[in-house]
Amino acid sequence: MAVRLILRRNEYEIKAGMTLRDALQKIDVQPEAVLATRAGEMITDDEILRDGETIKLIEVISGG
Amino acid sequence: MKCRKCSAKAVINMRQHKLALCKSHYLDWIPEQTQRFIDKYKMFTHDDNILVAVSGGKDSLALWDILVRLGYRTAGLYIGLGIDGGISYSDESQRLAKKFAQSCNLHLISVGFPEEYGSTIPEIAKLTMRGRGKPCSVCGMSRRHIMNRVAREEEFDVLVTGHNLDDEAAVLFGNTINWQGGYLLRQQPVLEANHPGLVKKAKPLCRFYEREMAAYTILRDIEYVYDECPYSVGAKSIYYKELLNKLETDRPGAKLNFYLSFLRAKKEGLFSSSTDQKPMELNTCNNCGQPTSVPGECAFCRMLVSIAD
Repeated sequence: MAVRLILRRNEYEIKAGMTLRDALQKIDVQPEAVLATRAGEMITDDEILRDGETIKLIEVISGG
Repeated sequence: MKCRKCSAKAVINMRQHKLALCKSHYLDWIPEQTQRFIDKYKMFTHDDNILVAVSGGKDSLALWDILVRLGYRTAGLYIGLGIDGGISYSDESQRLAKKFAQSCNLHLISVGFPEEYGSTIPEIAKLTMRGRGKPCSVCGMSRRHIMNRVAREEEFDVLVTGHNLDDEAAVLFGNTINWQGGYLLRQQPVLEANHPGLVKKAKPLCRFYEREMAAYTILRDIEYVYDECPYSVGAKSIYYKELLNKLETDRPGAKLNFYLSFLRAKKEGLFSSSTDQKPMELNTCNNCGQPTSVPGECAFCRMLVSIAD
């Protein structure tokens, strides 16, 4: 089993057991540019990602 | 990670402050800090009538919510730009601004660009030379004009916008790499009404990271427009924010320090009038009475005349 990270229309699969921060680095997403939720609850980036779970990433950068 | 104040599970870690907080303490901390910034920069008081520029995005809705929680007298201003982009962008923005105002029983003033001026912002942009086909320049100028006009007409004491630290740092970065002395002189948390026809403007969120404002709206359960403006794709401001966030990831606090040390340097006279970059001289528009950098009619009035021809 793996962890699913969802960022807008993109989905990434990551090995369970690493921190959110490491997972973001792995998929080349800046930690400063997103918030992460697990089952609707916001989590900090030291959280260990668990087998089978889905983490929703919310982009926070806007502009124009 | 645990909350610094109560040891409950933290929902956010602000590395630049070495501060992790739980939901409850975070939702207390944001208004407390906002009040501190309002006081520090002498933005306004509880006696003032405040017009909040509301786009339907996270920052402006968060700002309105915070000011209401702090007990300020506010009304919102929504400007409909007529941007669709295949996602009904303006309609959705307006729906969410209205939804927030109604849910909190707040007064929202709506100005529709197509209704008031006969065309949408993208349509007007196509008819002008300004912005080389992209509507962002026309949009920014028009919004500034309308915000100032409504604030004057409705006799508000101050106009507030939801600019956050990432917005400010990106503007500062752009102006610095191009050495735009005039713009650097004008960039500050408060712009005083120092010319007839000009309303005082303030940015109470200017020291919060964009990520913190998104966290606040999510934790307060405020629905906001998540989709970006269709015309912001490839915007320089977003590129600058990405560059600054890369720096921030490696050096927590870099963005905050960049902005605050700029304000400090300015206060200490680094950008004093003894340099050759003087603040822009303002004139009064012959047509609408709003300030303009050139004598005669302001850019907004000239634009309206040019598209009518």
